[in-house]
Amino acid sequence: MVPTQWYLLLSAVLFGLGIIGVLVRRQAIVILMSIELMLNGANLLFVTMAREIGNLSGQVVVFFVVAVAAAEVAVGLSIIVRLFDNKGTVDVDEINLMKW
Amino acid sequence: MELNWADQLWLVPAWPALGALLIGVVLPQRARSLATSAAIAVGAVALAFVTSLILLAHLLVAPEWLFERAYTTWIQAGDLNIPVGLRLDPLSATMCTMVSGVGLLIHIYSKGYMAHDEAPARFFAYLNLFTAMMLLLVLANNFALMFVGWEGVGLCSYLLIGFWHQKESANKAGLKAFLVNRIGDCGFILGCLLIFVVFGSLTFSEVLSPDAIHAAPPAMLLAIALLLFVGATGKSAQIPLYVWLPDAMEGPTPVSALIHAATMVTAGVYMVVRCAPLYSAVPQASAVVAWIGVLTALLAGLIALGQRDIKRVLAYSTISQLGYMFLACGVGAYVAAIFHVVTHAFFKACLFLGAGSVMHGTGDRTDITQMGGLAAHMPRTSRTFWIACLSIAGIAPLAGFFSKDEILYETFISTLPTARILWVLAMLTAFLTAFYMFRLFGLTFHGASRMPKREASHVHESPPVMTWPLIILAFLAMVGGFLLGWPYPHQCHLLGAFMADWRPPAEHGAEGGGASGGLPLMVLLAALSFAVAVTGSGLAFWLFSGPYRRVQEFERRLGTAQTAFSRKFWVDELYGYTVVGPLQSLGNWLGHFVDVRIVDGLVNGVGGACQMLGEGVRRLHASRVRFYAFVMLGGAVLVVAYMLRDLMF
Repeated sequence: MVPTQWYLLLSAVLFGLGIIGVLVRRQAIVILMSIELMLNGANLLFVTMAREIGNLSGQVVVFFVVAVAAAEVAVGLSIIVRLFDNKGTVDVDEINLMKW
Repeated sequence: MELNWADQLWLVPAWPALGALLIGVVLPQRARSLATSAAIAVGAVALAFVTSLILLAHLLVAPEWLFERAYTTWIQAGDLNIPVGLRLDPLSATMCTMVSGVGLLIHIYSKGYMAHDEAPARFFAYLNLFTAMMLLLVLANNFALMFVGWEGVGLCSYLLIGFWHQKESANKAGLKAFLVNRIGDCGFILGCLLIFVVFGSLTFSEVLSPDAIHAAPPAMLLAIALLLFVGATGKSAQIPLYVWLPDAMEGPTPVSALIHAATMVTAGVYMVVRCAPLYSAVPQASAVVAWIGVLTALLAGLIALGQRDIKRVLAYSTISQLGYMFLACGVGAYVAAIFHVVTHAFFKACLFLGAGSVMHGTGDRTDITQMGGLAAHMPRTSRTFWIACLSIAGIAPLAGFFSKDEILYETFISTLPTARILWVLAMLTAFLTAFYMFRLFGLTFHGASRMPKREASHVHESPPVMTWPLIILAFLAMVGGFLLGWPYPHQCHLLGAFMADWRPPAEHGAEGGGASGGLPLMVLLAALSFAVAVTGSGLAFWLFSGPYRRVQEFERRLGTAQTAFSRKFWVDELYGYTVVGPLQSLGNWLGHFVDVRIVDGLVNGVGGACQMLGEGVRRLHASRVRFYAFVMLGGAVLVVAYMLRDLMF
């Protein structure tokens, strides 16, 4: 049986990779994917702790997260499509119309 | 149904008010011609005059000489209850008849005088409004309503002094009159407030009853009397607030005659006489009134000697005569004061209208040193002016003699400690009055003409619409004193009998002329004042109607004194340095330093600080999405660290 710490480590690594992806990548699609990675890191933590504590609520939350993440991806992708239509790029550094 | 005239008191001020409304508001612009507006204005004042005559007749046959009607409540707040009430008693009936009568003559005269003016309708509307306000002032039965009239006449005075508003000097004069009067009005308001505090009412019948005055603390009475007198010095041009009246001569001459000689300026005298019970109860205040009066009379008489402008001589003469009236009030001779108000209205209106006629005939010339010999060209003006001069100089049996002699006599026998000094000063002023009036008369109408030849041939007599009021006023100035003052000697004469309530109690003056001095003294004093008047007028007439070289020689001999007279004792300059200058500097400092630097600085500083803050903060919103994400992460880390602080440390 794999010890709990490894799961925790994996979830932390996944979450950290997600954060790094959000901060350093410039393509909006990659940022969206990185956010998914962060969500999955969090999901893994929920499931692990649910098993550790012996309480099913954590697993229930994961279902919600997955459902909301699907909706989020749908909205996020359509925003990116509209962005591409308007600006011809999905580089977030080019999206700076709100500057003073 | 029989008309009860006592209920119709309100008609008296309502007629001219209606006239002002008709001319000023209702009449369409095209119809505002001289003929229409003059007809309405004269008609309105004539109706007011007739109404006051009818009321006077009804008052005389009424069992008690008092009509008092409260029409509605004006202000009701707590203990304060101010009715819109009018009161007709011998005092207000006398004033009312005088104001509307003299006002009527001056309205008629104005039709001729304003014939070539551009805005006759505006003039007549103001004149009617003034008459309405003046009648309201004398008919009011409480201090608050009286104050409405008081301010109303002040407003009309301002409007009419500045009537020729394209002239800068006229605007300045109007402003000066208004501002100087504000000082006086401030005293009047404070006096009214104090009256309410002490008496709990503002109605004359409650405040001025002997019981109420007896019950009030003497110190309060003194304060009230002095504060009200401050108001009177403003409106009636006494020391120290007389400086506005000479400048008020910038207005059209009928205005000077109506407002600044015959009616409005006597409002202060009327008010003091109205408050006679109050002033008799505080001898200190009466002494102040008497001294201010006699000093004003003397000062203005001296200044009048040095003036070269025909209207300014008359203005200073008005101030001087008003001083006489206050002297009379101060020594307790209230009947004599009102007597002089009435006779003064006759002869001074006549003099001013005569001056207006001179200006009309000579093409707006006012400098008497540039006139001379007008008698030949303007016989009616000259003759009426002569009669009025004799009257004001106090030559028997003209009106001025009776009233002035009564004041002098009452001063002589008064119980004030300084009565004799007052009397000497008043006699001196009587001499001055005769002297400066005949200086004016001689320089204007007699001697050789000093006008340029070409202009001298244009001099003409004024039209009948102007000379008839002159003739009527001259007639009144001739017989008015004799009629009202009969039977001579004093105290028991017609006006005295009518105004019996205002006659001094026995210890103050002499009841029936018996108590102090009696008939011989009275005749002696009358002869003395007559002699002084004759000497003054004769001397002045000899000096100033002769060759002009004699005049110049005389003025050269006077030397410094002449300069002091003609420069008005530098009083305007003194006020300029001590009051007007510092106030203006203060205003400048407040406007240019406090407002610009401190107030504006504060407001602009707050704005500037916000702007700078925004300038700094907006750099964060640089539209760098990944930077936002980084800050968000930092924030999240901080929040988590805060929540986990117990675990970590």
